[in-house]
Amino acid sequence: MIAASHLTKSYADCKAVNDVSFTVKQGECVGLLGLNGAGKTTLLRMLACLLAPTAGTARIGEADISVDSIAVRGRIGFLPEEPPLYGEMRVRDFLAFAARLRGVAKGDLAERVDRAISRCRLGDVEQQRIETLSYGFKKRVGIAQAIVHQPPLVLLDEPIAGLDPAQIVEMRDLIRALRGQHTLLLSSHILHEISQTCDRILVMHRGQVAAQGTEEELTGKLGSKLRIRLDAAGSRGALEKALGGLEGLEAIEIEARPEDRLSAELVCSRDLRRDAARAVVEAGLGLEVLTLLRGDLESVFLKLTGPREAES
Amino acid sequence: MSSTWLIARRELSATLRSPLGFVVAALVLALDGLLFNLWALTEGDKLSAEVLYQFFFVLSGTTMVASVFISMRLLAEEQQTGTAALLLTSPVRDFQVVMGKFLGGFLFLALLTLVTLYMPLMVWIVGKVSWGHVFAGYLGLLLLGAASMAIGLFGSAVARNQIVAAFVSGALLVALILMWKLGQEADRPLSGIFAYMALHNLHYRSFMSGRIHLRDAVYYLSVCAFFLAAATRMLESRRWR
Repeated sequence: MIAASHLTKSYADCKAVNDVSFTVKQGECVGLLGLNGAGKTTLLRMLACLLAPTAGTARIGEADISVDSIAVRGRIGFLPEEPPLYGEMRVRDFLAFAARLRGVAKGDLAERVDRAISRCRLGDVEQQRIETLSYGFKKRVGIAQAIVHQPPLVLLDEPIAGLDPAQIVEMRDLIRALRGQHTLLLSSHILHEISQTCDRILVMHRGQVAAQGTEEELTGKLGSKLRIRLDAAGSRGALEKALGGLEGLEAIEIEARPEDRLSAELVCSRDLRRDAARAVVEAGLGLEVLTLLRGDLESVFLKLTGPREAES
Repeated sequence: MSSTWLIARRELSATLRSPLGFVVAALVLALDGLLFNLWALTEGDKLSAEVLYQFFFVLSGTTMVASVFISMRLLAEEQQTGTAALLLTSPVRDFQVVMGKFLGGFLFLALLTLVTLYMPLMVWIVGKVSWGHVFAGYLGLLLLGAASMAIGLFGSAVARNQIVAAFVSGALLVALILMWKLGQEADRPLSGIFAYMALHNLHYRSFMSGRIHLRDAVYYLSVCAFFLAAATRMLESRRWR
């Protein structure tokens, strides 16, 4: 769906994006992760044809962003960090305007707008003026305008920035719901969000892709170990026996908790969550919690992006 | 064309709902009425044609001022608020965006101008009005308004800030109006060139008198085309910055 080749964007003597190449397959959800100033927004704006690259190019499907930007723009939906909304318009009217602008035929308009309103759960505010909505709703309207014409590729720049915790959960659900129906490329500087919503991560640093891969691949590449927390009910011996034979398990720390419960931390060279769950259940132990600990991915991110003073 | 019309309709509707639209409309109409009363209806007995001549002269000034205030937000506001991203990432050519904005602004200006028809009607009640004169005068006003709107739109494409946009387009309008003075001062052949370039004097006077010359209409349409093309180039150049 996206094939970027040596994309570069320079401002005076600063290279905001420097020789970036990557691909995104159809249906994938890819996260652009990086500190502020890493070049994520510039990269997304080039893919959305808002900025012309200084060098290199990218293809969206069969269309080249430098040669056939109109065709590219017909295939994308773009949500900038600040949603592009006309405050004086009502939500439904605005979405109809955005859809018509993207070439949706009049006959299909009502159905497309209804669909976007339903997917973004905007039914309660569809007749409200946009300027009267909360920031969370404005973000949702921003996503609705990006998907109303059902584009194959949706680009989201910092979709959760500025949202409160409840709105973040809603936005995360909304982004997950978009997967499968669109190819998604979204940016964030919050590692936790990217790893929760995306299939693959592109780590950007100083305008370049410092690393790319799944969470597991990234931790593996840098020699970091995955840590998994597992809570279960049962005896220590039974748990040690159940998990002991798992391939990739390097260490296990088990702590006894009240009421015959155990809390274990597994250090492993690959993601063992599925295997561990199966082993615990088959051993007749009550599985209560199984989660990947994020601490190590954060250390990978810091290794890739260097110290905070690298931020520019 | 449909995208252009879509953008124009939204622009017109936004201007009609905005406080700026109301304030500009109220001030311009009040000023038109006041100046018509003070200028065209005073200084003793006059022929209806003379009253109309001065009426169209008065309205030309307020139309140019109104066009600066209406056009200053057309593109600069989109840049300021970030809504330009919606237009510029849609499969719409930059020229269609510029034309849509221009048409939206111009339709508002045209509505504002046509509301002043009550003044020629008053002259008609108490005097003898040639409706051809009225038609020619309004055609001239609309052409002058369209040219001023195109200049204003260019100013709005140059500046991200609306106030700066108003200053840029105001300065351009004044420079083009003052070309008639340069035409008087300069030697030939420059005098002829400057006189031809003047936005108001040579080309507008015939409309004020009720005469329509194709060359004057062509001049105003050329100014429109030039500044709309320049605004499109400015918009395109933003993608390279």
